[in-house]
Amino acid sequence: MAKHETPLLDQLESGPWPSFVSDLKQEAAARAKNEKKVEYQIPQDVVEDLLGVLELSYKDGTTHWKHGGIVGVFGYGGGVIGRYCDQPTMFPGVAHFHTIRVAQPSGKFYTTEYLRQLCDLWELRGSGLTNMHGATGDIILLGTTTPQIEEFFYELTHNMNQDLGGSGSNLRTPADCIGQARCEFACYDTQDLCHTLTNEYQDELHRPAFPYKFKFKFDGCPNCCVASIARSDMSFIGTWKDDIRIDQDAVQGYVKGEFKPNAGAHAGRDWGPFDIQKEVIGLCPTECMKYENGKLTIDNRECTRCMHCIKVMPRALKPGKEKGLSILVGAKAPILDGAQMGSLLVPFVKVDKENGYAEIKEVIEAIWDWWMEEGKNRERLGELIKRQGFQKLLEATNITPVPQHVQEPRTNPYIFWKEEEVEGGWERDVNEFRKHHLR
Amino acid sequence: MAFISSGYNPDKPMENRITDIGPRHFEEFYPEVIKKNKGKWLYHEILKPGVLVHVAESGDEVYTVRCGGARLMSVTHIREICEIADKHCDGHLRFTTRNNIEFMVDNKAKIDPLIKDLESRKFDGGSFKFPVGGTGAGITNIVHTQGWVHCHTPATDASGTVKATLDELFTDFQTMRMPAHLRISMACCLNMCGAVHCSDIAILGFHRKPPMVDHAYLDKMCEVPLAIAACPTAALKPKKIDLDGGTVNSIEVNKNRCMFCGNCYTMCPSLPLADKEGDGIVLMVGGKVSNRISAPKFSKVVVAYIPNETPRWPTMTAQIRNIVEAYAKDARKYERLGEWAERIGWERFFGKTGLEFTHHLIDDFRDPAYYTWRQTTNFKF
Repeated sequence: MAKHETPLLDQLESGPWPSFVSDLKQEAAARAKNEKKVEYQIPQDVVEDLLGVLELSYKDGTTHWKHGGIVGVFGYGGGVIGRYCDQPTMFPGVAHFHTIRVAQPSGKFYTTEYLRQLCDLWELRGSGLTNMHGATGDIILLGTTTPQIEEFFYELTHNMNQDLGGSGSNLRTPADCIGQARCEFACYDTQDLCHTLTNEYQDELHRPAFPYKFKFKFDGCPNCCVASIARSDMSFIGTWKDDIRIDQDAVQGYVKGEFKPNAGAHAGRDWGPFDIQKEVIGLCPTECMKYENGKLTIDNRECTRCMHCIKVMPRALKPGKEKGLSILVGAKAPILDGAQMGSLLVPFVKVDKENGYAEIKEVIEAIWDWWMEEGKNRERLGELIKRQGFQKLLEATNITPVPQHVQEPRTNPYIFWKEEEVEGGWERDVNEFRKHHLR
Repeated sequence: MAFISSGYNPDKPMENRITDIGPRHFEEFYPEVIKKNKGKWLYHEILKPGVLVHVAESGDEVYTVRCGGARLMSVTHIREICEIADKHCDGHLRFTTRNNIEFMVDNKAKIDPLIKDLESRKFDGGSFKFPVGGTGAGITNIVHTQGWVHCHTPATDASGTVKATLDELFTDFQTMRMPAHLRISMACCLNMCGAVHCSDIAILGFHRKPPMVDHAYLDKMCEVPLAIAACPTAALKPKKIDLDGGTVNSIEVNKNRCMFCGNCYTMCPSLPLADKEGDGIVLMVGGKVSNRISAPKFSKVVVAYIPNETPRWPTMTAQIRNIVEAYAKDARKYERLGEWAERIGWERFFGKTGLEFTHHLIDDFRDPAYYTWRQTTNFKF
C-alpha cells in the first residue's frame, strides 16, 4: 500500500517509454521490503515522500523545493547542492533532500563492479535515486540529509577512490564525447585530455574562486556530439589541417551500392539509390569536391571540414593525418543576455600529450586570469567578451588576430584606436592649433 | 536506524582526509575490445535501429546495442543494468551524452540474445525498461533537467514532459525514417541547465507572471543590491515598505519590464514567480550543434505558450508530433529541421506546420532582435 495516493503520476506508467514513475515505485517498494536488511541512514520512506511531493506539484502546477542552503563537505565549495522541501510536515522523508554530484569518468564507460559499489553506498546513505547523468555530465545522486554528506564523501574517497564534481562558481565537471575509444572520426583523445585537465584543475573545480560557473567540453570532431560549441565556456573541437584521405575503391563501393551511405542511418525509408553527385558533391558547402570519370577529388585548401562527405562515406573518406583541435570560447544558455555560441579563438593547436598539453593550458590560464580580474559577479566568459570586446580577449591570450576569427569584418567604423597606435599620440596643444585655426 | 560511521571524525575533519583525487581513470572501465582498438577504428555501420558495429584496423568488431531510458533511475534499476552487463557484456557498459545506455559485445552472435533479454524486461506499469533504438536518422532520447522532481525554479516538470513526448514519438525512437537525425531537448526554466537552445526541437518551461515580493522576509533572506543587480532589464529597484507599523527595506517590481527569466528568484527566495496559470511550455525549433553542411544554429521560438496540462501535456505532444511530421514529409535527405525551415523560408514553415504566428514570436530583446527582422523585399506570399 503506497503511502500517498498518486493518481496523476500513475498515468505516466502506461505507454512504451521507460516510466520514471514505475521505477520510483519499484525503489519505494524495495526500500519498504528491505530484503538485504540495510540500515538505511536516511528515512526508509524517502521515495514514497518524493512521489507524494511530486504528485502535489502535478496537482498544483508548481514546484515544492526551496533554494539550497549552504551544505557541503569540509574544504570544498561545490559538489553538494542543498535542497529542502517547502512542505516538510506533509513529506518528512524529503524535508532535507540534498544533491551530490560525483565526477563521472571520461567517456562514461563503467564496470558493473563500480556501479554496484556506488549503488550500495547510495542506498545506505541516500535515497537510492540518481540521474545517469546530469546535464553537465556528472553522476547525480538525488536526496540525502546533511549528516550523511561527510560520511558519504569519506566512503566515496576512501573506498571507491572517487571524488565529487563541481557546482557553484567554479570549474564544472568537464565532459567529453566517446572519442577515439569507439569512434573513427575523433581527431584527438578526448578522454585523455578531459581526464588530464579535470585532474590538473581540481582546485578550481572544488573551490569556487571564479565570477561564475565555467565549463569545458571536449568534442573529438566538428560533429560536436557533446554539444561543446553550444554549452561550454571553452570548447575543444577536434579538427585536421591536411588532406582528407580518400580510398577510391571504397568510393566505388558506395557508388555501386555495396555500402550503405551514411553508415545506414537512413535505412528506415526508401530514399532511392545512392547518388554521389546529389548527396555528396551537391551538398558540399564549399563546392570543393568533384566526381568525374569514377574518381573523387577534393580541393582540400577550400574545405572547411564540415565532415558531411566523411559521414556519408565513412569507409571511403577519413580526416587527414595532421590532427589537432580548435578552441572556441564563450558559449552559454540564454540567461541573461541571450544565448551565445562559442566563438573561434584558436583555429588550430596540436594535442600534445607528451608535454602535458602545455599549449592548451596556457590558453586556459590566460583566459582565467583575465576573467577573474575583469569579470563581474555572475558574468559568464561569453558575456565578458561581449562587454569588453573580442580584441580584449585576444590581448589577454596574446593571440594574433586572423580573418578566421570573424564571419566578416565589422560593418561600422567605430574603431577604438589606442593612443599608441596613432602617430604622435593624443596629447596636443590647443593654442598651437589656434594659431592656424582662428576661434 | 542506527547511525553508521564511515570512519569520518567530525572533531578532526582533516584526519585521513582524501581530497582532489578527481574521477576514476577511464581506462579502468574500458571493455577489452575498446582498450585494444582505441584510436584504430576504421568505420561503423548501423545494422538496424539501435544496433551499431564498429570495425577496427585489427579486424576486431564491437557491436553496440543502444537503449533508451529515463535519466532519473533508481539503484534497483542500475543493478538490473549491471545484471544484464554481467550476463552479456563481461561486466562493462556505458552511458551516452543523451542518457542512453550502451551494451557492447565483441561477437555478432551475442547481439540477438542480448536484444531479446533487453526487450523482455518491463516495469510493472507496463512500459519497457530497455527499449532498443536511438540511432541514425531517427529520434533519440531527450536530454532534460530536474523539473518538479528536484529543482527550485522550474516552470514545468522535466521527467513527465519527456515521458509523454517519447511515448508519442516512440516508433521514431525505434525507426530511422527522418531526413536526418532529430534531437529533442528539454529544460524546465530559462536557466536551461539542459542547454536546449541548439536543438531541433526544444521543450522549455517558462514563467509568465512577474515575481511576487515577500516584503516581510526579503531583507532578512536576501542581499537587496544583489537581487536588483540580477535583473537583466532593470525592472527592480529598492523600496522602503511600511509593514506592521514599521518600515522594511524591500524591492519594487516594474512589472511591465519583467521578462520572467527568474534570475532574481535565483538570487532571492523572497521573489517567487511560480504559478499554475502563469507557467507553461514554449516550443523552439531548428537548432543544431553539428558543423555538418551548415554552421551550428540556435533554436527559434515557434509556439509561445502551452499550458501545463499534467500529467501528459497532450497539447504539447500534439504540437511536437505535428512539427515532426511536417519536417519528415517535406525535408530533403540529410537536411536538419533548421536547414529545412531556412530553405523553404520561415513563412512556409508556419504554413506547412499550421502553427499560428503571433507577435510573441518576433524578437524584441536587445540588438540581436533587429537582425531577425526581414531587411529585404525577398519573401514568399
